[in-house]
Amino acid sequence: MKLVYFAWIKDRIGLAEEEVELPAGIITVKDLLRWLRGRGAHYEAALQAPEVIRVAIDQEHADHSDPISGAREIALFPPMTGG
Amino acid sequence: MSIEPSVSVQSGRIDIAAVTAELALSGDVGGVVTFAGYCRSEDGKLAALELEHYPGMAEKEIGRIAKQAAERWPLLAAKVIHRYGKIAPGEEIVLVACASAHRAAAFEAAEFLMDFLKSRAPFWKREHLIDGTVGGWVEAKHEDDTALERWR
Repeated sequence: MKLVYFAWIKDRIGLAEEEVELPAGIITVKDLLRWLRGRGAHYEAALQAPEVIRVAIDQEHADHSDPISGAREIALFPPMTGG
Repeated sequence: MSIEPSVSVQSGRIDIAAVTAELALSGDVGGVVTFAGYCRSEDGKLAALELEHYPGMAEKEIGRIAKQAAERWPLLAAKVIHRYGKIAPGEEIVLVACASAHRAAAFEAAEFLMDFLKSRAPFWKREHLIDGTVGGWVEAKHEDDTALERWR
């Protein structure tokens, strides 16, 4: 599965995107965020307040309770500030 | 049948006069409402705003919002252009243009579009200061989320 990161989440993780193999038991967006946080200090710094993280599954906004099975691309980003 | 809005995500400048004229061409249009958002200098401190975006989703999400506007109001044409990359103070960041036979629909649709763009289109602003340093990412405003409530 491809993960893509934007704005300060990208800065803190130190990557714009990566391919990951998810372990069994990662069902929802919330599970994914918890698993990512455990991958090291950079991830912990980016995701320490998971409630503020916005998520898109295959380029559509998603909730933390949404399932991620079958997703090709999941994006993590802070609240948007365009316009 | 609602119209198919036009969406562009681009780094180049926006020709607001040309867009306005293009939307009015059909002959049935009685009003075109445009909103243009600009980069502020923040009292001379800012050299530029850098707009990061999510290519692909940015176009799709603006398209989804614009389609909702076209289904909700009797628009004759609608165009949204959002820039990315470095934008200097005084330059435009975004243009929303809505054309309708009577002004109320165009006014309301343009405001709806801007409210939803602000909190749902995947763009993020970062400040570049005149002393050459890169400032922080701009924080989202709570008002931008509450602005959506009135359209429910």
